[in-house]
Amino acid sequence: MNAPLKTPLPPIAKPRLSAQALLPSAAALGNLFKAGIAPLLGIIAFIGFWSLLAQYSEGLPGPLSTWQAALVLFADPFYDNGPNDMGIGWNILNSLGRVGVGFGLAALVGIPLGFAIGRFTFLAGMLAPIISLLRPVSPLAWLPIGLLVFEAAGPASIWVIFISSIWPIILNTAAGVASVPQDYLNVARVLKLSEFKVLTRILFPAVLPHLMTGIRLAIGVAWLVIVAAEMLTGGIGLGFWVWDEWNNLNVEHILIAIIIVGLVGLALEQILLLIAKRFDYAS
Amino acid sequence: MDKFVELTSVSKHFDTKKGRFQALADVNLSIARGEFVALIGHSGCGKSTVLNLIAGLLDANEGGLICNGREIDGPGPERAVVFQNHSLLPWMTCFGNVHLAVEKVFGARENKAQLKARTEQALNMVGLNHAMHKHPNEISGGMKQRVGIARALAMEPKVLLMDEPFGALDALTRAHLQDELLRIVGQTQSTVVMVTHDVDEAVLLSDRIVMMTNGPAATVGEILAVDLPRPRDRLALANDPQYHAYRTAVLEFLYQRQQRPAA
Repeated sequence: MNAPLKTPLPPIAKPRLSAQALLPSAAALGNLFKAGIAPLLGIIAFIGFWSLLAQYSEGLPGPLSTWQAALVLFADPFYDNGPNDMGIGWNILNSLGRVGVGFGLAALVGIPLGFAIGRFTFLAGMLAPIISLLRPVSPLAWLPIGLLVFEAAGPASIWVIFISSIWPIILNTAAGVASVPQDYLNVARVLKLSEFKVLTRILFPAVLPHLMTGIRLAIGVAWLVIVAAEMLTGGIGLGFWVWDEWNNLNVEHILIAIIIVGLVGLALEQILLLIAKRFDYAS
Repeated sequence: MDKFVELTSVSKHFDTKKGRFQALADVNLSIARGEFVALIGHSGCGKSTVLNLIAGLLDANEGGLICNGREIDGPGPERAVVFQNHSLLPWMTCFGNVHLAVEKVFGARENKAQLKARTEQALNMVGLNHAMHKHPNEISGGMKQRVGIARALAMEPKVLLMDEPFGALDALTRAHLQDELLRIVGQTQSTVVMVTHDVDEAVLLSDRIVMMTNGPAATVGEILAVDLPRPRDRLALANDPQYHAYRTAVLEFLYQRQQRPAA
């Protein structure tokens, strides 16, 4: 602090450091082992419990037969034998596509609405009772309305995704806008920034971390809901596939679907967390 | 005396849940161009309120505020504020934070290269040209406060308003930044109003010290003219009897005539 003009030290320690990075120490390896051992044990215990359960149950397939079925399934994920028999890859992509479209529309409507609610207390007061009333409604209850209005299964399931993922986006954006530190707004006032600059330079970056939380929750809900919605509407998608395999009494495939839904949900969450980290400014 | 900033029987109250709180009553103060004025008083005496009134961030309930012959009506870049907690925007680099202000004030008249030069010059003045492209979370508290000062100075304000700018810093960093501020103000001949609760800081930096009575209904208790020659040197002043006389005068006001309110 006393000598702010001091030039940084020359990087003399660099070669030694890179050698260290190449050969991780025994302690680091030990830490990695310790960090990995608990999840690994958990998974092993889970599989053990599953195979035990499968042995004493009539219909439930064990881990091994499920694994073998999965190998067959993923050997050719993108085959196409007509609309009722397509590869697992197509089903996943179709579900993701619906989530993407429904969520995208929700973001398109929800983010500006959230900003407006956060900025104008009168509007917040107007919309608060409606949002509080509609938010706890199960997303699937909206499906008949979608079918009625759109007269088609595809748009109806996108509508369900839209309506279920819009609430976290609106509420988190509004909360973010309302909690922008007064200091930042005072800076804007002293500088007499235009409304547009306040929005782009101050409000939007300040709200972004909250917005990312909203998006993460919204995608999580959307992914939860899509499987259920597709079970009801049919078409190509994971939900339809689960229902179809139930009708075929192919329980291995249902178990595989559950794991896929879990893995895709996990991946979506991790990707969004990674993106969110980029916008998290510790001040 | 040339009245550059003038407050005439200003009062301010806040409406709280417990009823009306009269923060300031009948505050009268004139500040000359190029003068360095410190506002000192116990915490809660409304010294920051006075500063925010001059900044235009708050509106007075009664009385008049004039800056450079014009009524103060809302905030504006000609009355730049250095905030207590630096208030840098964390998503912009130090350069970006200062540039935002420069762009706003000079953007209409100057080209991009000139704006960039202004920004760099301001950061240079506070000794931060090496940290220009760092984000606020990558630099120390003292450096953040320097960026805040650079941002305010870069606007070439008519009045520089500082709200306990060094309050959150450790003693050594604070002393260092006080010396820098003395040097910069000597160069720029800025008019400065600084809120502080540090007696040494007030005597070292100011031309006049405005001592405020305790709230509620706080007002200007006494004004002490600090007649020490400039440039001032911290070490030389440490043995200066005149400096100690000023210091004692402020301490007496704060601790004898204005007992500290029950904290």
